[in-house]
Amino acid sequence: MTDLSAADVAPAPLGAPTVVVDGLHVKYRVFASGKATTGKMGERIPRTRGMREVHALKGLSFVVRQGESIGIIGHNGSGKSTLLRTIAGLQPATEGAVYASAQPALLGVNAALLNNLSGDKNVRLGALALGFTPAEIDERADEIIDFAGLEEFRDLPMRTYSSGMQARLRFSIAIAKSQQILMIDEALAVGDKRFRKRSEQRIRDMRDEAGTVFLVSHSISSIMDTCTRVLWIDHGELRLDGDPQTVCDAYLDSTL
Amino acid sequence: MTDYASLARDAGLARVGARPHLFAYLAEAWSRRAFAVTLASYRIRAANEENRLGLAWVVLGPLLNAVVYGVIFGVFLHTAPNNGPAFIPYLIVGVFIFAFFSDSFSDGAKSVIANAALVKSLSFPRILLPLSSVLQSLFEVIPMVVLMLAIVAVFGEPVTVAWLAVIPVLVLMTMFNTGVALIAARITTHFRDFRQFIQFITRIMFYTTGVFFSLEQYLQGDPALLFIARLNPVHDYIALIRWATVLHSPFDPIFWIIGSVGAVAFFVFGIVYFWAGEETYGRD
Repeated sequence: MTDLSAADVAPAPLGAPTVVVDGLHVKYRVFASGKATTGKMGERIPRTRGMREVHALKGLSFVVRQGESIGIIGHNGSGKSTLLRTIAGLQPATEGAVYASAQPALLGVNAALLNNLSGDKNVRLGALALGFTPAEIDERADEIIDFAGLEEFRDLPMRTYSSGMQARLRFSIAIAKSQQILMIDEALAVGDKRFRKRSEQRIRDMRDEAGTVFLVSHSISSIMDTCTRVLWIDHGELRLDGDPQTVCDAYLDSTL
Repeated sequence: MTDYASLARDAGLARVGARPHLFAYLAEAWSRRAFAVTLASYRIRAANEENRLGLAWVVLGPLLNAVVYGVIFGVFLHTAPNNGPAFIPYLIVGVFIFAFFSDSFSDGAKSVIANAALVKSLSFPRILLPLSSVLQSLFEVIPMVVLMLAIVAVFGEPVTVAWLAVIPVLVLMTMFNTGVALIAARITTHFRDFRQFIQFITRIMFYTTGVFFSLEQYLQGDPALLFIARLNPVHDYIALIRWATVLHSPFDPIFWIIGSVGAVAFFVFGIVYFWAGEETYGRD
């Protein structure tokens, strides 16, 4: 197995299982309106009077061990984000189960914040939601604001921020806490170039601290850079599971 | 075929999202209480930030409501209790205390579904969301009660030691409202349509609670119906606060009994009922 692109990934020996996904099915009930979508999507979605069921994950099973960095690739709507949310326990499984050695943390940029409140207050609220104590927040708040590069704007309500600034603030709150099992959902694409560089570095640090990392991305190069194993999810099923080179090649071939 | 479940068991892994035992769950919620308190107080501020009068609207809104009811029921319909207290303090107590219940009920019901983004991105005991919305209503009712007592005093009611009874009544009512909010929050996650019923339930409660008239007076010829109406704890809390502040009539201990039993029963049942559904929140 040649693994040219993962040169900066430590070749750590595989440890004990940290995440076990067992026959995982996830179905959403969606309250749909308007015309039914046609084509590919339409076939997958049985209609029942305005309410539809989306079978997002169809029986996934795999084992992840200590020290692995798992990349997850697939087309839009293939179930990647659903998989991450389910592993994090944020989306209940319809069937099957996820087992983990610690509470997996999902690093997203969509944490709900209050747009009428200042950046400072949002940092406080977001950090409390992450499980920081008020004393820890007093210590860390400046650091979070600095990381987001929003020192001058910390007193302004969040609705006055540009969308990039909002994303930066959310992301900075999300990465403030170290995690044992870390999942990153497309978060690398946040903010301007300078911020992206800083956050990539922070994610690499977090990956080194964390035992296990999952990364969802559409960027094959960042998957190849950071992952030791790749899962290709296709229409809610596990199409391929293996070393990054093989899986990414097969995925790229399929999209041609 | 690999047996993943036993593999996980052998490795000592716990199921993600599994509902903890009730007491572990409540302990986890308690350790995160700062989140619920902060969310509640920031919400109040955020809701009023854009108004020129800001936080004054917390009391101005219910006050304007009381004026509307006062004009309609006091001036046009004459529902004021006979030979009783001044109508305005009587009405203010009813409207303000009822608002505590109706706000807790409607905001509590929305608390989980309105925070779907938060529920989908962070794991924390979901009970914090309805608790936070009840806290928000409680933070709003405290200045309302202060204003209410001031109005009552301005209308010439003597300030007596009986006023202290307002505190235990509000404690009981907070427990009752918490139970109602927790039950409504879970039902709403299963049936979104429940939100539509809330305004009707609230309206029925409003008219059967005696917010602007005296149940005792209207139903004096029908003891059975009066008994049923008094089983409603919201009526009893309002009656108790009226007794403590504006009514000088002898007082019926049945209100304390129903009010306490209702508070404890709803509080305990609400917590258990909400906890039992913990794994289903976040499902669309």
